Amino acid sequence: MERKSRTVVPKERVDALGTREQLLRYLKLMVLIRRFEEKAGEMYLRAKIGGYLHLNIGEEGTVVGSVSALEERDYLYTSYRDHGYAIARGVNPKAVMAELFGKATGCSQGRGGSMHLFDARVHFLGGYGIVAAHIPVATGTALAATYRGTDEVTMCIFGEGATNIGAFHEGLNVAKLWRLPVVFVCTNNIYGMGTAVNRASAVSEIYRKACAYDIAAERVDGMDVLAVRDACLRGVERARKESEPTLIETMTYRYRGHSMADPARYRSEAEVRWWRERDPILTLETKLKEQGMVTQEEMDDIEANVERVVEESVEFADRSPAPSLDDLYKNVYAESEGR
Amino acid sequence: MPVITYREALNQALREEMQRDSNVFLMGEDIGLFEGAYKVTAGLFAEFGEKRVRDTPIAEEEIVGLGIGSAMVGLRPVIEIMTINFSLLALDQIVNNAAKLRYMFAGGVQMPLVIRMPEGGGNQLTAQHSQSLAVWFAHVPGLLVVAPSSPADAKGLLKTSIRDNNPVIFIEHFALYNTRGELPDGELLLPIGKADVKRVGEDVTIISHSRMVQVALAAAEQLAGQGISAEVVDLRTLRPLDKETVVNSVRKTSRAVVLEEGWPTYGISAEVTAFVQDMAFDYLDAPIRRIGGAEVPMPYARNVERAAIPSDQTVIAAVKELVA
Ligand SMILES: Cc1ncc(C[n+]2csc(CCOP(=O)(O)OP(=O)(O)O)c2C)c(N)n1
Repeated sequence: MERKSRTVVPKERVDALGTREQLLRYLKLMVLIRRFEEKAGEMYLRAKIGGYLHLNIGEEGTVVGSVSALEERDYLYTSYRDHGYAIARGVNPKAVMAELFGKATGCSQGRGGSMHLFDARVHFLGGYGIVAAHIPVATGTALAATYRGTDEVTMCIFGEGATNIGAFHEGLNVAKLWRLPVVFVCTNNIYGMGTAVNRASAVSEIYRKACAYDIAAERVDGMDVLAVRDACLRGVERARKESEPTLIETMTYRYRGHSMADPARYRSEAEVRWWRERDPILTLETKLKEQGMVTQEEMDDIEANVERVVEESVEFADRSPAPSLDDLYKNVYAESEGR
Repeated sequence: MPVITYREALNQALREEMQRDSNVFLMGEDIGLFEGAYKVTAGLFAEFGEKRVRDTPIAEEEIVGLGIGSAMVGLRPVIEIMTINFSLLALDQIVNNAAKLRYMFAGGVQMPLVIRMPEGGGNQLTAQHSQSLAVWFAHVPGLLVVAPSSPADAKGLLKTSIRDNNPVIFIEHFALYNTRGELPDGELLLPIGKADVKRVGEDVTIISHSRMVQVALAAAEQLAGQGISAEVVDLRTLRPLDKETVVNSVRKTSRAVVLEEGWPTYGISAEVTAFVQDMAFDYLDAPIRRIGGAEVPMPYARNVERAAIPSDQTVIAAVKELVA
C-alpha cells in the first residue's frame, strides 16, 4: 500500500524528542511488548504456559525507555518480570515465547521459563526470581568493567518492593564505595504483590533512599518513555564517563495482577483507570500525532506488523520440540576441567 | 620435600594462581591491609595491590554477588568469607545464584568462582562461631565442595578450584591452619572429586574429611599399638563424593566408621553410610558406625566443648566395639 500522508516535521521539534526513526522504534516496541504480553496471558489461560507468569502490561514506557539508553556492549539484569526487557534488548520474541512454552528452542532452552529468560549474545544477563538478589550480581558485572578498564555499563531493573531488603542496600553501598558503572532502575509500580509501597517502605519515594549512599538519583514519569530514556541516558553517561552509579525511580503501574494468579482485588477500579489514562503507548502515540510524526494509517500498520510477529512467535513456540530428556543433567556442571 | 603449614599452603596457592592469571582476584572482609582474620592472605595485598586483593564491607550477600556477577563475565574471583558461620548471610547468593545460573540459563554462563571459608570448633568460640556446615553446601547440585585435611591437599585442591569453571565451596578448618605437612616439589594440582587413603590398614576403614582426618589418624596410630589395623580414607571432596575409593576400602576391611565434626543428623556420615551399605552390603561384617559432634549449639566451657567434639578416644571406642 502506498503511503499518502507522511508529514514533514520541523527539525527543532524532532530534535527535542529524538529522531522520527527512534520515536517510531519506541512506539513499535511498546506495542509489540503490549501485544506479546496479552498473548502470553491468553496462552497461560490455555495452559500452554505453566508456572508463574508476570506481565509488563502498563510498564512498557519504563521497559523501552530504560533499555533504549543502553549500547550493545552494555549489560542488562532484570527481575522475573522480564519478557518486555528481553524483547526490548533484542532477544527474538520467538525465543521468548518458546521459553514460556517450555521448548528446546526457548532462549533458556526450556530450563528457565518466564522468570529466567537469558541471552548472552545481546548481553541480557537474565531474569532473576529472588527479589533484589540480582542487585549484588549486577554490581559484580560492573566491577568487572572497572577491573579490566573497559567502559561497558551495567543496568539493573527491580521493583520498589526490592528496596526494603538488605541486598539493595549492600549493593548500593558498594556501588558508590567502589564507583561502579551501574544504573539501578527501580520500577515503582506501587505494589509488591498486594502490598502498596506505603505499607512496606518507611520512605515511599524510593529515589530518596539513594541519598544514604550519596548516589545521584531521580524520579521520573515511568509512563513517559522519553522521560525514562532521558533519565537513563543521564545515568548511563554518568556510569560511562565518571564511573558512578545512579538510582532512577520510574513511576509506573501494572494493569494486571502481580502474576496471572492474582485478580488484584487490593486496588480500586478508579486507581486503575487513572493510570490507564496515562497509558505509555497512548501518551507517545498522541504526542507523535500532535507533532505530525505518525498518522493513524501508520499506527494501523504497526499494529498489523506486531500482530504478525506475535502470531509467528506463538506458531514457532507451538511447533518447537520439547527439550530432550537426555539433557536433564546437562549444564548442572561445566564440562571442562576434567568433569 | 619442604614442610609448610596449611595456612602457608593456601597462601602459596593463591599467590601462584594470581601470578599465573590476571583474571584471578581476591575479595573479602579484612583480607588486604589486615591480611586476613586468619592471615591466609598475608603479603598478597602488598604484592598485588588493592585492585586484586579487595577489602570489602561486612556484607556477605554483596560479596558473593560481586563474585558471581564478575565470574559471569569472565573474571575468576576467589572470595574469603571470614568463617562459615557468616556464609549463612550469603546462602541465597550461593544456592540460588552461584549453583543454578549455568543450568537456568542453559549453559550460557560460566561460574569460575571460589568461596573459601574456615569451619569447625575447638577454640571456645561458642555457638555462633564454631559450626561445621559443609553439608549444607554439599546438598546442592551445581556446587563443588572441597574440604582438605593436609597442607599438600589444601594447596593442590585450591589451585585446581581456582582453575575450575564451576563454583567451588572451599572449606578450611581453624584448627588446621597451623598444622604442618610435606609438600611435593613443583607444580601441585590435585583433582576435585578424588578421595585419598591417608593410612593403609586391614581391619576397619575410618572415613572422614578435614580436621577429623587428623583425629582419625591419631586414633589409628593408637589402635595399631593395640593390634588393630585401621585404614583412613580422606574424602577431600564432599561433592562429588569419590564413592569408588571408599567402597574399595570397605570391601577390603569389611568394617566402617564414618566420622565428622558436624551434627550427624542428615549429615555427611549419613550420606556415606547410605552409599556404602548400598554398594558394599555383602562385604560388611558389622553395621556401619557413625560419629559426629554433639547435637547442641556449641557450649563455651572448655570441658563441655571438648565433650561436644569427636576425639581420637571416641573413634577408638567405636572401632573397638566394631572389631570386638
Ligand atoms: C526474597 C523474596 N521474597 C519473596 C518473594 C515472593 N515475591 C515474588 S515477587 C514479590 C513482590 C515484589 O514486588 P516488587 O519488587 O515491587 O516487584 P514487582 O513484582 O512489582 O515488579 C514477592 C513478595 C521473592 N520472590 N523473593
